[in-house]
Amino acid sequence: MTVSAANNKAFAMETLFLRGGRVLDPASGFDGQADVVISDGVIARIAPGAEAPAGARIVDCKGLWVTPGFIDLHVHLREPGQEYKEDIESGTRSAAAGGFTAVCAMPNTKPANDSRAVTELMVRRAAEVGVVRVYPIGAISLGLEGKTLSEMGELQEAGCVAVSDDGLPVMDIELMRRALEYARGFGLTVIQHCEDLTLSRGGAMHEGAVSTRAGIRAQPAAAESAMVARDLELVALTGARYHVAHISSAESIRLVREAKARGLPVTTEVTPHHLTLTDAACACYDTNTKMNPPLRPESDLEACRVGLADGTIDCIATDHAPHSPVEKDVEFEQAAFGVTGLETAIPLTLALVREGRMTPLTWVSRLTDAPARVLNLPGGKLSAGAVADVTIVDPEERWEVRASEMLSRSKNSPFVGQTMVGRAVMTIVGGRIAFAGERFGSNV
Amino acid sequence: MTEATFPHRHLLGIEGLGAQELNTILDLSERFLEIADRPIKKVPTLRGKTVINLFLEPSTRTRTSFELAAKRLSADAVNMSGSASSTVKGETLIDTAQNIDAMAPDVIVIRHAQAGAAMQIAKHVRAGVVNAGDGAHEHPTQALLDCSTIRAHKGKIAGNTVCIIGDIANSRVARSNIFALQTLGAKVRVAGPRTLLPLGIEAMGVEAFDRLEPALEGADVVMMLRIQTERQAIGRFPNTREYSRYFGLNRARLALAKPDAIVMHPGPMNRGVEISSELADGDRSVILEQVSRGVAVRMAVLYLMAGGAEAERP
Repeated sequence: MTVSAANNKAFAMETLFLRGGRVLDPASGFDGQADVVISDGVIARIAPGAEAPAGARIVDCKGLWVTPGFIDLHVHLREPGQEYKEDIESGTRSAAAGGFTAVCAMPNTKPANDSRAVTELMVRRAAEVGVVRVYPIGAISLGLEGKTLSEMGELQEAGCVAVSDDGLPVMDIELMRRALEYARGFGLTVIQHCEDLTLSRGGAMHEGAVSTRAGIRAQPAAAESAMVARDLELVALTGARYHVAHISSAESIRLVREAKARGLPVTTEVTPHHLTLTDAACACYDTNTKMNPPLRPESDLEACRVGLADGTIDCIATDHAPHSPVEKDVEFEQAAFGVTGLETAIPLTLALVREGRMTPLTWVSRLTDAPARVLNLPGGKLSAGAVADVTIVDPEERWEVRASEMLSRSKNSPFVGQTMVGRAVMTIVGGRIAFAGERFGSNV
Repeated sequence: MTEATFPHRHLLGIEGLGAQELNTILDLSERFLEIADRPIKKVPTLRGKTVINLFLEPSTRTRTSFELAAKRLSADAVNMSGSASSTVKGETLIDTAQNIDAMAPDVIVIRHAQAGAAMQIAKHVRAGVVNAGDGAHEHPTQALLDCSTIRAHKGKIAGNTVCIIGDIANSRVARSNIFALQTLGAKVRVAGPRTLLPLGIEAMGVEAFDRLEPALEGADVVMMLRIQTERQAIGRFPNTREYSRYFGLNRARLALAKPDAIVMHPGPMNRGVEISSELADGDRSVILEQVSRGVAVRMAVLYLMAGGAEAERP
């Protein structure tokens, strides 16, 4: 992998001794108390009762979970072009604060990331100012217009790890077929935002009893599942690797489960908000409850939770989508789709562990080795010799989400003001501390 | 008169209001009704109060009705109109609201093409906000004037069967009426082509029909809605000719309702489409009375919103 973040800068780094935490490494299945020694950017040793190396900075991890660094396959960093919402620096700081050591940046920048030049810019900026690893995702089509294939070969060479026209589904079925075939030749996964635009027609929320009462133009869940069904036919035709972005409806999940049973190379992700909030949240016209796919009824949320627990849904991805008041302090139907998500992902999804729906190890897997496997990314494991991307989580910390304390440049979160349980307290990227919470003395 | 108690700063919708609150407005409006028959159609009740009619969606009759209501109460009424969304001007809806609020009006009456706009504005201003129609969400004063009209003809709302016919999906009038009529004890049916009956409408407690005939059977009140062709992104029915044939109100269909059933329409009518001219002008029609009562209802609402409790009574 050619892409990496600021952590490659060549100067001596301190040795870290993570003492007495609960080490969770889904890749090896390890779940137990151990000390972790990090030196020269790699995991030197994991063992219970290890000796702290001389001069090491000792991090007391008693009561904390020590896990591989979290990987988010779906974020919008807005650079280049919309730096008033977010940029690579603020976005990666937000990621580090949320416990993520690597993020995949969607191509709907301005200009779109449909060329080597844009990819190279993102890679360079990530190396200069990024505090976590940034893996760009290239466009499927030029300008995300759904007409002409982008130069996927060069995009990959420049550092793209997948292709997607995220936000804009590829409506033309032949173009989608050719994209899958062409991407397959370069070993690139095609990520689709599934929404049949001729059915959704710009609907601002999920169509059902809540939209009917609120009088908001809405889109049916079938707009998503119809495209999942269509694309799965193409996956069967082409044999290409295909990833459904931010899956949200029970029917889409059923289709993916069935396709996996048939052996098709399909994967999918779910966002924390689609596991947490129902469409009832839209009834007050709070534009921070407007995202695409929209919030769904409880039956769809339940299907998402079951799917994530049984592995039909491979991983958790935030779809972190920063927007400014210009896009959000407007009429509901006029407002931009999207909410921020990096800094609230841990507590929102930890709820599944607290409710007994999955073990801590499975939860960690959905944020580490599973997303790494989806796009064949490095990282996602915590074992001797591995690159030292590590997340330390306090599963019990209670904290209030405050807009003023968010590191993302944008504050468009529906969770502002709410009390959360669980938080990243330290994020280590390549052996360097990219973020340290209050208990460890401050932000780095 | 009885003490007018209305413990809300805004009137954003009918949903959530209780029967007693609705009756407070309706009773109060009866007091204001006769002012229209006076030689001097003005009382000093809201002297010194400012009402801004912020109409961001084209409207003639509702704006005029609110303006007359304010003026007959001696409030200073200012009309601001525009059809553009706030974002077109480069400022947000909240900016617009706060700028208007900075001029210290007592009441802002807002009409907007998009659902929720009144509620969003109300969160950011000190003035009382009256929703004069927000997209396909609510139009509370229309429902109140409809209730006022029904009450005048039927003695009470409770026990009546009201049939609302037409474009339920895109109608704020239908939603507000469903809430108001049910709260006041009426039975509500909705009818129209399946394409205009929104998903989950039954969850609002109404009975839904895709043919007019069974819906009209035994109805006390027939409320026709305007077919709003301009709101439809894609054709929801083939054309107005076919619509009229299956979903228009005519004499034969009205005969299915109770003999003393009244015919209502919020206007403006598409004569010959959703309602035949014969019925619109017939003796069962109460359409113009709805308009007259609209002014009185809006006077009552402005009175309550503009600190009416301490203001001078009519």
